[in-house]
Amino acid sequence: MASSRRLVGGLCLVVFGMFGFGFALVPLYQVFCDLTGLNGKTSNIVNAQAQSSQGIDIERIVTVEFVTYISKGMQWQLTPKVEQLKVHPGQMYEMEFIATNLSAKDQVGQAVPSVSPGQGANYLNKTECFCFNQQPLAAGETATLPLRFFVDTELPQDISTLTLSYTLYELPQPQQKG
Amino acid sequence: MSTGSASNPLVSDADEHIHEGHDHKPKGFLARWVYTTNHKDIGSLYLLFSFAMFLTGGAMAMVIRAELFQPGLQLLEPNFFNQMTTVHGLIMVFGAVMPAFVGLANWMIPVMIGAPDMALPRMNNWSFWILPFAFSLMLMTLFMEGGGPNFGWTFYAPLSTKYSPDSTALFVFAVHLMGISSIMGAINVIVTIVNLRAPGMTMMKLPLFVWTWLITAFLLIAVMPVLAGVVTMVLTDKYFGTSFFDAAGGGDPVMFQHIFWFFGHPEVYIMILPSFGIISAIVPTFSRKPLFGYASMVYATASIAGLSFLVWAHHMFTTGMPVAAELFFMYCTMLISIPTGVKVFNWVATMWRGSLTFEVPMLFAIAFIVLFTIGGFSGLMLAITPVDFQYHDTYFVVAHFHYVLVSGAIFSIMAASYYWLPKWTGYMYDEGLAKWHFWCSLISVNVLFFPMHFLGLAGMPRRIPDYALQFANVNAVVSLGGFAFGLSQLIFLVVVIKCMRGKGERAAAKPWEGAEGLEWEMPSPAPYHTHTTPPEIK
Repeated sequence: MASSRRLVGGLCLVVFGMFGFGFALVPLYQVFCDLTGLNGKTSNIVNAQAQSSQGIDIERIVTVEFVTYISKGMQWQLTPKVEQLKVHPGQMYEMEFIATNLSAKDQVGQAVPSVSPGQGANYLNKTECFCFNQQPLAAGETATLPLRFFVDTELPQDISTLTLSYTLYELPQPQQKG
Repeated sequence: MSTGSASNPLVSDADEHIHEGHDHKPKGFLARWVYTTNHKDIGSLYLLFSFAMFLTGGAMAMVIRAELFQPGLQLLEPNFFNQMTTVHGLIMVFGAVMPAFVGLANWMIPVMIGAPDMALPRMNNWSFWILPFAFSLMLMTLFMEGGGPNFGWTFYAPLSTKYSPDSTALFVFAVHLMGISSIMGAINVIVTIVNLRAPGMTMMKLPLFVWTWLITAFLLIAVMPVLAGVVTMVLTDKYFGTSFFDAAGGGDPVMFQHIFWFFGHPEVYIMILPSFGIISAIVPTFSRKPLFGYASMVYATASIAGLSFLVWAHHMFTTGMPVAAELFFMYCTMLISIPTGVKVFNWVATMWRGSLTFEVPMLFAIAFIVLFTIGGFSGLMLAITPVDFQYHDTYFVVAHFHYVLVSGAIFSIMAASYYWLPKWTGYMYDEGLAKWHFWCSLISVNVLFFPMHFLGLAGMPRRIPDYALQFANVNAVVSLGGFAFGLSQLIFLVVVIKCMRGKGERAAAKPWEGAEGLEWEMPSPAPYHTHTTPPEIK
């Protein structure tokens, strides 16, 4: 019976271990995607100096498209100033988005970027982006949101169009004001 | 069909025992069935429960096929159609196939290894009696406002989080309960096999059904907790404001698919490995030859189980993985066909030059080998990444997994039922009706699922209540096959009821001439308590 009890104990440990492993997959997955740029996850803020070290590739023209989505149930508007830009890799560009809170209450929004195709995600470098910050807007308020980016000169040759999409989400509570 | 085992002291002992009528069965319905800790009673409960679930899930399949009989929406609301596909899948996977295998394990493993009972009988009772509650929870959601789960049995986020009905919490709890039940069953199987083998029953003498179940049990305790984890994440995402799968909070819906299929792919082997054990018991019996390549069968099973952890993302080729990952998962998936091929060739080699007879268990076993192999081939086609982009989410996938699960797993359960029914009930099944059941099932299952391949190749997507007109004729044929297959299973119901009520010829201790194994050395029906003293292993 003692050997049964030991075996049952061991098997229960495996069960709890695997339950924990399921949750451990969450941070592992995030790290993996950040490292590889998979899933269109764009890397974090890029230092502007990274751009000046690259030359500008005027031979090549890449189309960058801007798409926005508003999450379900959120009454905001988010529109890019232009729908697409023809850019030279290595050159810095500035863009603006206009966000309006159409609802009757003050809300905080957060835009989450994603780049398609995913293979190009790591080559679209943002030096300044409203998506790095939470954006509070009072009811009816409008704000202009800046974006500065450049396309890396190392962008694979077979990619000629990058689509940068922003999905705007409502944050539950405006706690971090101050 | 004489017993030929009267000289065995063990059996004559047990024989006397049963004739004297003190087999120490508890008296009264409640004590006998609700409090029972007897592995045979619990095995029977599992088998009957899974049969009830099989008919329930089958009825839902009939509803699905009735709607798809003609293009356009005839009978159902699309949302109810989605609930039917979802609950059909959940019931068949967690309610029919898995409990049927646990039932067979309960009945046969102690008997086959010379143990008096399962190692943890009280837990055994608990792991069964959780199930009716789990499935009541899930089925009652169908009658609630907003309906039951409608997001597919794979419950992809955000369908199951942001867009799911209010009853999703009950679905989550039901899956938790099913998982707890499976985990307890698996722990019980492992402890029984490791600790309760009769003296002399070494690991490499175990019947293959026992071996395949041991490996299945390890798969279960490795992946059912991951399923529990992922449904818990769905629960907290939907109700408690976490964002595991919600991009707004930094989560990722694609991660759901990774975690789910990390469970999901080993799960499909959980549903087929015990089948391999059953077929490896039946084919030698009716070929009157020992199994060809016993050791290679054991190693093949273990390597299938090992590989099953490395192939989950082949369900997700179209999510935009990098080419390197797609190639890795493609090659790993194809690698699985090697140990599976070893098994198929071993069964064929066992039949080679055997003196074959075609009793109903053998018919189902041969049908299993042929049809499961077809399912395996379409699986190989799906494994090829570039063509999977075309096949993904079409009826080709539906055809593939129904070939491996219906004409694979379910046929093997039917084969096992016919093979061991005489041992369980003490009566032979009605051979004529059983043959009718087999031939009707065999023909209708192919009319039902084979044309689905063509529908899929032509581009018909799965999980839709309506379809384009060019698919109309083939769908009508498929639906007719479906109704025929559904009705054929009622013949099986009649056969089982007849056996249980003692209508038919009395079964000998060893009704199959070529059968080997400890279960045939005891009278039929098997006495309530068996192997109270360890049997002698040759």
